[in-house]
Amino acid sequence: MKHRLSLTVNGQEREILIEANRTLLQVLREDLGLTGVKQGCGLGDCGTCTVLLNGRPVNSCLVLALSANGAEVTTIEGLAQDGRLHPVQEAFIEHGAIQCGFCTPGMILTTKAFLDRTEGVPGRQEIREAISGNLCRCTGYQKIVEAVEAAAQAREKKND
Amino acid sequence: MTDFHVLNSRVRRLDAPAKATGQAVYVEDMNLPGQLYGAILHSPHAHARILDIDVSAAARLRGVKAVVTHRETLGLKYGVSPARYDETLYCSDRARYVGDEIAAVAAEDLATALEAVGLIKVEYEPLPAVFNIEAALAEDAPQLHDDFPGNLNAEVHQEFGDFDQAIKHCDLVHRHTFLNKRQDAAFLEPHASLASFDQRGYLTLYSSTQVPHYVQRTVAMVLGLPIGKVRVVKPYVGGGFGPKAEATPLEMSACLLSMRTGRPVKMSYTREQVFLHSRARHQFRSEYTIGAMKDGTLVGLHNKTWLEGGAYSSFGIATVYYAGSLLGGPYRLQHMKYDGWRVYTNKPTCGAQRGHGGVAARAHFEQQLDMIAEELGLDPLELRLKNVMQTGETTINDLNMSSLGMRECLEGVEKASGWREKKGQLKSGRGIGLACGFFVSGAGYPIYRSDTYHATVVVKLAEDGGTALVETASAEIGQGSDTTMAMIAAEALGVNLEDVRIISGDTDLSVDLGAYSSRQTLMTGHATKEAAEEAKRQVLEVLAEELGLPLEELDAKAGKIVFKGVRPDFRNLRVAYLKEHRGWTDWPEGEGLTFREAARLAYLKRGSIVGRGKYKPPKLGGAYKGATVGTSPAYGCSAQVAEVSVDLETGQVRVERVYGAHDCGLAINRTSVEGQMEGSVSMGLGEALFEEVKFDGQGRVVNASLGEYKIPTALDCPEVKAIIVESNEPNGPFGAKEVGEGAIMPTIPAILNAIYDASGVRINELPASAERIFLALKKKTRT
Repeated sequence: MKHRLSLTVNGQEREILIEANRTLLQVLREDLGLTGVKQGCGLGDCGTCTVLLNGRPVNSCLVLALSANGAEVTTIEGLAQDGRLHPVQEAFIEHGAIQCGFCTPGMILTTKAFLDRTEGVPGRQEIREAISGNLCRCTGYQKIVEAVEAAAQAREKKND
Repeated sequence: MTDFHVLNSRVRRLDAPAKATGQAVYVEDMNLPGQLYGAILHSPHAHARILDIDVSAAARLRGVKAVVTHRETLGLKYGVSPARYDETLYCSDRARYVGDEIAAVAAEDLATALEAVGLIKVEYEPLPAVFNIEAALAEDAPQLHDDFPGNLNAEVHQEFGDFDQAIKHCDLVHRHTFLNKRQDAAFLEPHASLASFDQRGYLTLYSSTQVPHYVQRTVAMVLGLPIGKVRVVKPYVGGGFGPKAEATPLEMSACLLSMRTGRPVKMSYTREQVFLHSRARHQFRSEYTIGAMKDGTLVGLHNKTWLEGGAYSSFGIATVYYAGSLLGGPYRLQHMKYDGWRVYTNKPTCGAQRGHGGVAARAHFEQQLDMIAEELGLDPLELRLKNVMQTGETTINDLNMSSLGMRECLEGVEKASGWREKKGQLKSGRGIGLACGFFVSGAGYPIYRSDTYHATVVVKLAEDGGTALVETASAEIGQGSDTTMAMIAAEALGVNLEDVRIISGDTDLSVDLGAYSSRQTLMTGHATKEAAEEAKRQVLEVLAEELGLPLEELDAKAGKIVFKGVRPDFRNLRVAYLKEHRGWTDWPEGEGLTFREAARLAYLKRGSIVGRGKYKPPKLGGAYKGATVGTSPAYGCSAQVAEVSVDLETGQVRVERVYGAHDCGLAINRTSVEGQMEGSVSMGLGEALFEEVKFDGQGRVVNASLGEYKIPTALDCPEVKAIIVESNEPNGPFGAKEVGEGAIMPTIPAILNAIYDASGVRINELPASAERIFLALKKKTRT
């Protein structure tokens, strides 16, 4: 039996009929074509499928889509506004924080949520804690940490 | 100083915006109209005779379009090296590990395909199995392969100099044993394949691979197709690190199922299947005897190593050679003897992983060097400085160090880390350790014996002259090779990077052996440079004719024509260009003549301007058996210092800081070079401290997930200070060579040496877990 699912995805209202056993990850990728959401394990271990659910980062592979009914979902595709990249995206590109790119969408969304709830420029240990649920095998996290820090610094500068 | 206009900079990677916005397409993101979904049946037994396979129930299931077993294949044996073809696409009479492929299904959707896999009935007769080196080598051990008695997949015996004689005169003869564990590459993108066999009999395979060329050849051979009828395309790849450097049963199954159904077939490995397919780091058990003189001069090494290889060969024949040959440097050893064995076991197959064959060997060797230094009362840094080779020297096994900034690397980390102030001065529980390493900059020979070019590249200029297109089959797998090649092309052509576009990873575009053995910067780089220079030469030839100038007086740089003599009047050229582009707004302007105008002129005179480049290494290496493995046109080298803290109560280790220096020749993209160094440290740290693929008593992987098999998180990784050392490599394009693998070599031993410095215990079996260190500490206090 199919069920009606209403979501606001990247600012757009979407309504679809789905089976009850489908995950948010499957719905976003397969029904809505948002393939920026990646699947690295399907078990909630790696964080590549991270999306923002009402502003909070979640492993979308562990969220039954119907349980998100009525929620606001932000995927990596929804971060740039009017053709302008989000400052976190800019920082990741500028600081060499992207190699294979498979962790990148989840890592950027986790960072965005982290900076949204953090004031000022967080310390590196705090940054490492914030992104510790997102695995990366390429970078050793060095340039990711630097990018997150740079994004926070850029925000400070802008607020000055 | 150099006057490059593109190289040696920190330009943004070309693929970064697509990857930061979710637009980058990986195989799993692709779909073709009418596609089916495939699934594979694996053996649940580590070793079993297959008595019968009944697919009738699976074939009858609604939605199933094809079921294939060995009966639907040609039954050909394949593998990585033709010297060790020992795999078939599906098992016919015997399964040799838990995960061995038995059959595959294509169906209208994945759920149906998986259900059908469950309906295939296989009658097995379980056989006794062997799970470790000792059991496999036992006299009455169950045998895996009829062609390889004693479960000996390969053995190597080499001697350079006269080790036995030489150690008689040594002041110190030091013996040590070491054991590492199987590692998993744990790239974040599981393998995925999408195959489409068209009505004319041409096959296109989109796959998550490091090596489109080898996949093309293997698929063609196993499925009985001419190579020209198989096209392999690699979209973006979410990491490879070695295990994606060979054709997989997944790829071949997708192709076979597409051929049988006439419809595209998409298949992926689950994370668990990635662990079962494996092809990652071997387990090494090694015994080294090193002879040294009182003053620290290293005289000789006898290296005895056993590799636990799993059920099939994969890259193993190369691994067992590399395990010996890559210890020939970066030190001046006068005598080296190597005895290596690779042993079959009923476990998933090991293959190549970052630092292929050298990482565990290096971990052993560099820790032993510290033990020798201690016995001789020398600083480990001094011992190394005394023995490192320099540019122009050749190892005892004939590897030519045509550039080697080893000393500069050591000096770099010494200074950055404050080695001299810290060594021996840190308080209990804190330690500092050092190690070196080196690695090939591209294997000197292809995997199959051939005179093939290792890389060909085409550079095409757009008809308006404004954009250059680089076409290469090389594989961007995250390391940044597309950006590297575009930068090399821009520099060699004399245009700006934004005017270069690259398409890659497609066997239709060129021949390229792919992303393994850290080869692309040097090899594809050479071909790219040659292709771009060839295109530039054609443009300048036409311009020289047109302006009545000698060719030698012309050049191009940063999008402008350079007139070395008097600047001629080129107004006619500009007027002609403008007339041809009425309505455009981006007319060439300014005082100088642009490359675009010249390239347009060349097109008008000669048709499409196409530059072609190619590269293969010269004949390398000695004449002894196995001399090809370890040869390379160039070698990168590195040194690292690790600072750790060890909790002396619990044995818990924290790597606080790593200082790494790597000689990569000219750094094409400095940010990318650092990225490779930093990533290498994290992979080495994982292997040093916690990574281990574990098995139960039946040969089943018990930690086949990224939750149970732990790779480093941001909290496990230290701040890494990356120091780029730049020698000028005569055999590299613009002096460039590798960084992707050499940089992992020192990590494990630097950490182990630091653990010893902090705690006084030597860890001779990886991973250096809290438990292992705790037990070693307890043993130490008892004695």
